[in-house]
Amino acid sequence: MSDIASRVKAIIVDKLGVDENEVVTEASFTNDLGADSLDTVELIMEFEKEFDIQIPDDQAENISTVGQAVAYIEEAK
Amino acid sequence: MELKRVVVTGLGALTPIGNNISEYWDGLIAGKSGAAPISYFDTEHFKTKFACEIKNFDTKAYFDRKELRRLDKFAQYAMVSSDEAIADSGIDLNNVDKYRVGVIWGAGIGGLETFQNEVMSYAKGDGKPRFNPFFIPKMIADIAPGNISIKHGFMGPNYTTVSACASSANALIDALNYIRLGYSDVIVSGGSEAAVTEAGMGGFNSMHALSTRNESPETASRPFDANRDGFVLGEGSGALILEEYEHAKARGAKIYAEVVGGGLSSDAYHMTAPHPEGQGVIAVMKNCLNNAGLKPEDVDAINTHGTSTPLGDVAELKAIKEVFGEHAKNININSTKSMTGHLLGAAGAIEAISSILAMQNGIVPPTINHSQADENIDPELNLTLNKPQKRNIKVALSNTFGFGGHNACVAFKTLE
Repeated sequence: MSDIASRVKAIIVDKLGVDENEVVTEASFTNDLGADSLDTVELIMEFEKEFDIQIPDDQAENISTVGQAVAYIEEAK
Repeated sequence: MELKRVVVTGLGALTPIGNNISEYWDGLIAGKSGAAPISYFDTEHFKTKFACEIKNFDTKAYFDRKELRRLDKFAQYAMVSSDEAIADSGIDLNNVDKYRVGVIWGAGIGGLETFQNEVMSYAKGDGKPRFNPFFIPKMIADIAPGNISIKHGFMGPNYTTVSACASSANALIDALNYIRLGYSDVIVSGGSEAAVTEAGMGGFNSMHALSTRNESPETASRPFDANRDGFVLGEGSGALILEEYEHAKARGAKIYAEVVGGGLSSDAYHMTAPHPEGQGVIAVMKNCLNNAGLKPEDVDAINTHGTSTPLGDVAELKAIKEVFGEHAKNININSTKSMTGHLLGAAGAIEAISSILAMQNGIVPPTINHSQADENIDPELNLTLNKPQKRNIKVALSNTFGFGGHNACVAFKTLE
C-alpha cells in the first residue's frame, strides 16, 4: 500500500470509528462505512489538512470511496 | 377541558457528587462537597482555580469514538442521565407510542467548549474558515434533546428551554403543562451543562460572580453564611421522566411524586443582579402555589436557588418570609448548591431530583459549610444547616432563578 493510501486509511479509521479491515479500496464512505453528510465533509477537510491540498466542493462531490480519495490525492500531490 | 395529572416515574443524575441517582443521594445526605481544583485546564492566570467537575466519568463506557466526536460534553451528560432515567422508569420502549413521548430539556449555554475550541482554532489559523462540520450541531443548546430523541425514536415535542440558571426548571414546567394539556403521555425532561472551560470560568470571574476561596474549594460554596463570596461553578446533568398519571398507573409504574404546579415570573430589573426585595421571586412562588392549588401552609420544604452569592441569598429568604409569613419558620429550607456547586442550566433538574428524593426518604439534605450567621438573615428560619434533617414532606418547592431575571418554581407532592 502506498504511503498516501495508508494515511488516508488512518484518517478514515479515526474519524469514522471503523475497523481498518473494512477500509478497502472500493468501500463507500456512506454505504459501507456508516458516514453521513457531515462525516464526509469532515473527511475531505482532514484530507486537505493532512496532504496540504485544496479539494474544491465540485471535486469533493466525486470522492465517495476510499479508492477515489486516494486517486484524487495522488493526482493532486 | 380538565387538566391531566402528571407524575415523576424515572430519575437520572450525573453530578459533581455522584455519577448516578444512588451516588448523588448518598453524597447529598453525607454533606459531600463536589468542589476541587480544576483538572481540565491550567488555571495559573485565573482568579478562581476550582470548580465542581464531574469525576471518574469514563466516556468510553458510554460512547464509541464516533459518538464522542459528535457530542459536546453537555450533550454527553444529557445522554447518560436520560438513559438512567428512562431505564429507571421501566418504560418498555418497544411497547410505547413514540409519537406520544417528547423530550423537553434545559441548557443555559450549550456546547461552550466546542464553541471555544473552534473559534480559538480559527483565530490561530491563516484566516481561512476551516470550521469543523460538527461545530454548529455540537454546540447548539437544543442538540441534547435532539440526540436523546434520535437514540430512542421519541417523536413527540422536542426542544430546549434557555433561561440561564432557570433553564431546566422551565423545561420541567413546560413538560408538566404539555402533559396536562394532552400533547404527550411521557416527556423526558431535565437539563445539562458543561461550562467548566476557560471561557466559562473567565467569563463568570470577570462578572465577580464566582467564589475565589482558592485555599479551601470544598468550603467555598456556603449559602446563607456571613462570609459567602460567590457561587462555585458546577457541571453535569439531571433527568426526570414526567408521565401522565393514568398512563403510569396502567403500566404499573413506580411513582416518585406528583408534579402539581409550576410558577413563572421575571424580575424585570437588571441583567444579572437580583431584585433586592425579591419582587420577582415573591411572584414566582405565589404563582406556583396558585397553579398547584396549594396554600402557603401546605409547604414543608423548599430547595432554594441559594447560590452563595451575597445579594441573591438574602433576597430569596426575604421573599420566602413575604410569601409564607409565620409559616416560613416551619419550612425546611436548604441549598444543595452548597455541595454540588451551581450547575447553571442543569441546576433546576438536579435540585428537583433532590426535592423528590427528600420526600421519598423523609430526609432533607443539608446546607453545608455554614459557620457564621449573616445578620441580614432571620435566625428563626430553618436553613437545614450542616446536617441532614428528618422530615415528613408532603409538599416541596424547588426554586431556580437565572441571569436575565428569569424565575421558575416547581411544586412536588406525595401521590394521594
